[in-house]
Amino acid sequence: MQSARNLKEYKKEIKGALGNDFLRDTLDRFAVAYRTGRTKVFAGLDVDGLVGEIAAAKDQALKQMESLYEEFRIHAEKNGVHVHLARTAADANRIIAEIARRTDSKKIVKSKSMTAEETLLNHHLEAEGLEVTETDLGEWIIQLRHEGPSHMVMPAIHLSRYQVADLFTDVTGKAQDSEIERLVKVARRELRQKYIEADMGISGANFAIADTGTIGLTTNEGNARLVTTLPRVHVALIGLDKLMPTLHDALRINQVLPRNATGQTITSYVTWITGPNECATTESGRKEMHIVFLDNGRVQLSKDPVFSQVLRCVRCGACANVCPVYRMVGGHQYGHIYIGAIGLISTYFFHGQEKAKNLVQNCINCGACKEVCAAGIDLPRLIKEIHARIQDATGHPLQGQLMSIMLKNRKLFHGLLRSARKVQKPLTGGTSYVRHLPFIFAKGHDFRALPAIAETPFRDRWKTIQPAPDAPRYRVALFSGCVEDFVYPEQLEAGVNVLSRLPVALDFPMHQTCCGLPLQMMGEKGAARKVAIQNIEAFEQQYCDYILTLCASCASHLKHALPEILVDDSDMAERARRFAAKVITFSQFIQNVLDIDPALFKGDGRRVTYHAPCHLCRGMGERRAPRALIRKAGLTFAPALEEETCCGFGGTYSGKFPEISARILARKLDDIEATGADLLVTECPGCVMQLRGGVVKRGDRVEVLHIAEALAGSLLKPVDEKP
Amino acid sequence: MIPIDITMALFIEKAEAVSAIVQPVATLQEALEYTVRLCEQKEACQLVTAGGEPPPEVCTKTIAAPQLSDDQKTALETLCRDKAIQVLDHGLRNHLAGIDIGLTYTDFGIADTGTLVIDSSREEIRLATMISEIHVALLHRENIRQTSYDLEKELAGYLGQSPNYTAFITGASRTADIERVLALGVHGPLELHILILEGN
Repeated sequence: MQSARNLKEYKKEIKGALGNDFLRDTLDRFAVAYRTGRTKVFAGLDVDGLVGEIAAAKDQALKQMESLYEEFRIHAEKNGVHVHLARTAADANRIIAEIARRTDSKKIVKSKSMTAEETLLNHHLEAEGLEVTETDLGEWIIQLRHEGPSHMVMPAIHLSRYQVADLFTDVTGKAQDSEIERLVKVARRELRQKYIEADMGISGANFAIADTGTIGLTTNEGNARLVTTLPRVHVALIGLDKLMPTLHDALRINQVLPRNATGQTITSYVTWITGPNECATTESGRKEMHIVFLDNGRVQLSKDPVFSQVLRCVRCGACANVCPVYRMVGGHQYGHIYIGAIGLISTYFFHGQEKAKNLVQNCINCGACKEVCAAGIDLPRLIKEIHARIQDATGHPLQGQLMSIMLKNRKLFHGLLRSARKVQKPLTGGTSYVRHLPFIFAKGHDFRALPAIAETPFRDRWKTIQPAPDAPRYRVALFSGCVEDFVYPEQLEAGVNVLSRLPVALDFPMHQTCCGLPLQMMGEKGAARKVAIQNIEAFEQQYCDYILTLCASCASHLKHALPEILVDDSDMAERARRFAAKVITFSQFIQNVLDIDPALFKGDGRRVTYHAPCHLCRGMGERRAPRALIRKAGLTFAPALEEETCCGFGGTYSGKFPEISARILARKLDDIEATGADLLVTECPGCVMQLRGGVVKRGDRVEVLHIAEALAGSLLKPVDEKP
Repeated sequence: MIPIDITMALFIEKAEAVSAIVQPVATLQEALEYTVRLCEQKEACQLVTAGGEPPPEVCTKTIAAPQLSDDQKTALETLCRDKAIQVLDHGLRNHLAGIDIGLTYTDFGIADTGTLVIDSSREEIRLATMISEIHVALLHRENIRQTSYDLEKELAGYLGQSPNYTAFITGASRTADIERVLALGVHGPLELHILILEGN
């Protein structure tokens, strides 16, 4: 849970988590195993198709939330179920405590429910003098430790068997072995007694099926079945977002939920309950059954044009499983009660701005969560939107304001970069790296060598290197991006060198500026709009077939975010769409459009590995072109195990959370080193900055190049010799 | 020997993948014999609930079979005679500390996940499949369907009745909550045996 009052306190907590070696190892192993398991379990299924269907069905259900509730209520009441609607978390807790009082229930067993975690139900019931026992093994463990879950599906993933053994020793008053098999048996024995004694069972539900008034529960341990069978009273607490029209909707979600959550085709148990079932210990011979639906902002949220998709979430936890930041800091630092990318968002809606304000800044924007989401939620975008909303409400921090002022004015920005080049001399010692970071900037940032600003930016070199092709087939305008232009102009030059062998006429519109991604990352939406418009205008000066960039992050932002940013601007929306449609990356263009001739390259067979930039493999959906080009250039490709895992850069992210960035980078470089490659190529100057900086700092032997440089270096004729 | 068709082969593959033990049987008598043999081989149920002392007759083993007809029950009891195995068909609430084997019928099988579908609206069936250490499930082969969608009509029929408690069971009870290490039998059965019966 979040108790940090400000970013400084939050960072302190993160530091603590980063120092936890057990957590590190566990989550590292999990991240790799999860990816493999998931791929295997989805083999042969049309995942994207299924996810699309789930998203559409959920969106449809969300539109009818209130009528589905009515339909469910009518059926359930006809079946003899007491149906309640709680408008707030406090209402839900009060209703359930009241049911306990009326039914003279003193002892309660509970199966896992994130919704009950959301309302802090246990705290409330315990304060009312009731005994509540969580029966899911992981939930029981954290309940005994007075902790919140650190993962939505595996709540005790942060604990070792030794910690559990110590805990069980305390609980049973007998020394317990740390063998996992035995610890599980301790829980079996201890909890069986709790089921027997319990008056009331509380469950959640994964599905509420309106047309029959049925609830569906998925579990592996079978605890929900005992909770809903042995006690005489059953209360189910369910978010209104779990309402679906028919069984078919539930079966469809169940195709993806277990696969995405734990790599299982299905959980051990799926339980469908309609009405109060047989119960031998009551006078009527039936149970007393209550269903409490929780609103807690869901009705309002379901009508929000941007954020309603938050309620598509099926609580599989996959967004945490693939998140490079979660992997480093664990769930207690990556959510309040709901964990992972969806947790950062849900926290804002269910637990408020104060709990969410630090969390939403801790997204590296790698897009791994979006790609894996069972319901196709655009998680990174929503996180950024909330960040912007919170800043609009509480005031923008100075850094963001300065960046806005600077980037909105291209001449000012570029002027500053030029003067920075002049004053950096004492810091670079004449090398291409910033040797000594000045004053406050140094803290936490010394894990990588930072590059110096180039002597001459690309825009000043353009006039002298612009190729003059004979019979061009395509007219291509280059979008440099700030880093290529001012820090790594040699990458763009290498790209131009390769392109000069091809039938392409190149332009470089001089009025282009920052793509706007850093502004978006800082929650500065207004300034992001301004620069978007500047760029569109700059590229409308002269016709082009493509807008080509060597920066994957710029490409992805220009392609996807630009039209979204300007969607409600009547003058710009269509122009933004036209601009975005032309955006292409270097490797996409020369491989997919031009199918560059391998005869242009000599290749020396060097062993090469590849880092897939997040914004290329996921942002642009391009996975093949760079690999194909490496082979065409005559290099030996040695793929890394975690090729598509983020390098830890994330633009402004690494400035804000350098310790996390450093850990992600260290893991990445270990993975690269394991390939035995001499050369590491990638297609984003940000990744180059991060990876090369880390390599230099560690003294690794691998060379880091932009793919354009690697290709230019493999050309048969290094200098373009035209007759 | 029963000829194996593709759906059944898939069912067996998927059920075995989640550690279920699948065995084709020709007759119900064969299934009963299998169950009794299994009961003889296992150690007596050792689950003593927290704080409790071992029950006095710990040496007696129990098979709970709430769905058998009188004749079938007699046949099972005959097999259990002189083996210190008692057969129960009701009153399972009196045995919550543990039952050795729960023997139940299965309404349907779902091949692509190796799942059993059991209408468990009767509490005795629910308990037999939950509190036993070994669950032996009898499945008629003609009731195996390819996917859950192929059962939608039947399931909608179940769910449309009230009260109804329909269970999908796939493998034994499992957890990976401690260090993500898989352990079977956390609350429910430690083992699931599926006996596939030819015909009715």
